[in-house]
Amino acid sequence: MNITLQVNGAPRTVDVDPRMSLLDLLRERLGLIGAKKGCDHGQCGACTVLIDGRRANSCLALAVAVDGSEVTTVEGLASGDDLHPLQAAFIEHDAFQCGYCTPGQLCSAAGMLGEPGPSAVTEDLTVDPGLTPEEIAERMSGNLCRCGAYVNIVSAIGEVTP
Amino acid sequence: MNRVEGRVKVTGLATYAAEYPAENVAYAYPVQAQIAKGRVKRIDVAQALELPGVLAVLSCEDPPRVAEDADPELALFQRRDVAYRGQFVAAVVADTYENARAAAAAVRVDYDPDDHDVRLSADHPGLYRPDVVNPGFPTDTAKGDVEAGLAQAATTVDVTYETPVLHNNPMEPHAALAFWDAEGRLLVYDTAQGASGSRAAIAKTLGLPPDRVRVVSRHVGGGFGAKGTTRPQAVLAALAAREVRRPVKIALTRHQMFDVTGYRTPTIQRVRIGADAEGRLTALEHVAYEQTSTLLEFAEQTAVVGRVMYATPNLRTAHRLVRLDVSTPSWMRAPGECPGMYALESAMDELAYAAGLDPVELRVRNDPETEPEGGLPFSSRNLVGCLREGARRFGWERRDPAPGIRREGEWLVGTGVAASTYPARRMPCQAVATVRDGDFLVQVAAADIGTGARTALTRIAAGALGVAPDRVHVELGDSDLPRAPVAGGSMGTASWGSAVVRACEELRRDGREGRADTTEEIKRDAELARHAFGAQFAEVRVSSVTGEVRVSRLLGVFAAGHIVDAKLARSQFLGGMTMGMGMALMEETPIDEEFGGFLHRDLAQYHVPVCADARHVEAVWLEEHDDALNPMGSKGIGEIGIVGTAAAIGNAVFHATGHRVRELPITPAKILAPRF
Repeated sequence: MNITLQVNGAPRTVDVDPRMSLLDLLRERLGLIGAKKGCDHGQCGACTVLIDGRRANSCLALAVAVDGSEVTTVEGLASGDDLHPLQAAFIEHDAFQCGYCTPGQLCSAAGMLGEPGPSAVTEDLTVDPGLTPEEIAERMSGNLCRCGAYVNIVSAIGEVTP
Repeated sequence: MNRVEGRVKVTGLATYAAEYPAENVAYAYPVQAQIAKGRVKRIDVAQALELPGVLAVLSCEDPPRVAEDADPELALFQRRDVAYRGQFVAAVVADTYENARAAAAAVRVDYDPDDHDVRLSADHPGLYRPDVVNPGFPTDTAKGDVEAGLAQAATTVDVTYETPVLHNNPMEPHAALAFWDAEGRLLVYDTAQGASGSRAAIAKTLGLPPDRVRVVSRHVGGGFGAKGTTRPQAVLAALAAREVRRPVKIALTRHQMFDVTGYRTPTIQRVRIGADAEGRLTALEHVAYEQTSTLLEFAEQTAVVGRVMYATPNLRTAHRLVRLDVSTPSWMRAPGECPGMYALESAMDELAYAAGLDPVELRVRNDPETEPEGGLPFSSRNLVGCLREGARRFGWERRDPAPGIRREGEWLVGTGVAASTYPARRMPCQAVATVRDGDFLVQVAAADIGTGARTALTRIAAGALGVAPDRVHVELGDSDLPRAPVAGGSMGTASWGSAVVRACEELRRDGREGRADTTEEIKRDAELARHAFGAQFAEVRVSSVTGEVRVSRLLGVFAAGHIVDAKLARSQFLGGMTMGMGMALMEETPIDEEFGGFLHRDLAQYHVPVCADARHVEAVWLEEHDDALNPMGSKGIGEIGIVGTAAAIGNAVFHATGHRVRELPITPAKILAPRF
């Protein structure tokens, strides 16, 4: 069936198998290999993209269910040759090793920066906690990194927080 | 320095095995055995073949041609026997991933099952003594008289530790994309920790001369050993592509990875130590019980650490294996040293308490002059320096040794220490360095699995050439490049770097090109005990309500030769320590005793540390330069970070709670168990 979605700002119309996930649509049909398949079950976060501005596991979204949506992948974070500040900070802080979870970490972080409200580690629910290292670590815990770059991921994101 | 491939990795342009563009590509999806032992009676593919898009079904009903001497884990569909639950018994090839997956579910397999045996125990009747343990060490060693040494000791411990099945779980699932050309040459994009080795294994399996096979692995999404030996996906892609005469891609699911890409054997380890009144060891015995499969022998070298660590006149180490109806265990980060040091360093902590000695002081007091088993001199050994520096940074001298007395609200607080060690080896390697457009091209079939090999080799080459790193371009991850050993055993940088330095030296003499092969150089290496050392310090908070353990501080101090790049080395150490934290507290794959195979096969059940777990992990190192090892004076650092972590955390849990857990992982249930 035909669906149309905006991917990194460009309209794409694709005839998709109704069993196809958004992740497989990106990787196998649109040539956007940035979103990674680590588990295909929403357990690792490597496939994280932004759907209508919110971070989401693209392996858990059927392609047909995002008809009409705006999808941003890691390929869409930079502006031409200018890296997104998160991308630059990840390089500078060595916030990755093998790089396979990195696109998901970056999209997740980009989504997280715009998410208001408390988290499970917020002590005073009446005030905005701000993105302290503890808050960043908590909010990034849906993105696994087996290389164990977490310490550097938190410091990289901390540099970019508003 | 920043990783040379950093930009492609953060922009999503780094291409991993399953991601190369391929015209007319087909997809393979395996069918897995549903019994743990027995025979395939019949495979009915009729229904699968009628489904849309299906191109072929491979199975033992019509075995694809492979070499007779192929590795039995790679000789797909050759036999009707099932050796373990989850073994590949068939595979569907179809035009899309969705069609292949659906058709694989429609393949009907009938079995003649036999009774299976998948449970390791220290009194298993099938235990035997392997001829050697990995990667060629003696199975058993004995020096002096352990019983006499224990009899004369002022203090003894006799403890048994157990570690579970652990899965490497690199983030990138094993994948392969295979092309055959019109001349019968095979190209495989594979998730391999070594392109040269993968080429050799694939060529051997298919009965091809190695020069007919090319393996490309430019970016590999982690391995930790799981991609150190060729896995079935590479062979399946090649067989399927030959069958359907199209490129074929396969990416294993996370579940399939648990079954067919190896794991760390579970271990049962008995450690007996005796010490005199001053805390000097009078005897040390370390016996490890482990499993292997009915297909292959994999003998993890778990008890070898006792041969290296502490001075004692009476020393015995031994390994016993049992063949079970399981998939073959394989390499996982610091195989041998990692589980072995968990047991030894936990037992040393128990000895320190039993003898009333500080655990740092106990280790310092037993630091040997020469390697305890063989008597070889160490090329360098600075464990004592690591312990002292770690104690200073950690504030160890303020520690009250009494267990179970520090409470902050619901939280019990404790600290622990353990030593780390890992061999510093190197292997023969080739490399070529040439001048290109005024800059320098360095070629070696090394692998960058996230270790930073590209960056480290760039620095090494730049140093050898006396130029800035931005004038050096390193090409790796392709079996067409000069032959190189695997990214494993913490010997990648030492092996590749040696060849790169020699090639660069030759280039400086020649002016245009330098070629190196370190085979002869390495043959002349002096006989020395070559090891890196370290000390890890942990502080934990244990909830007296839930039994949850949080690691509030983790410090590693390492003496690992010359550090080639500080930024990347720190990342490697932190990553190893973080994985060690997972081993201590959460990682475990339970075995399904009723049906065989594993009960947990995904990341919702196999827990690894997440960002919130690894909040205060710190790694530093001592200045060390070991000229006996290689031209860089370096030691490998990919594995030592995970060695000792679990013991340091376990020792801290004891200090916090007064309760010794001797079976990893240290879960809340085990913490709370003494109450019930």
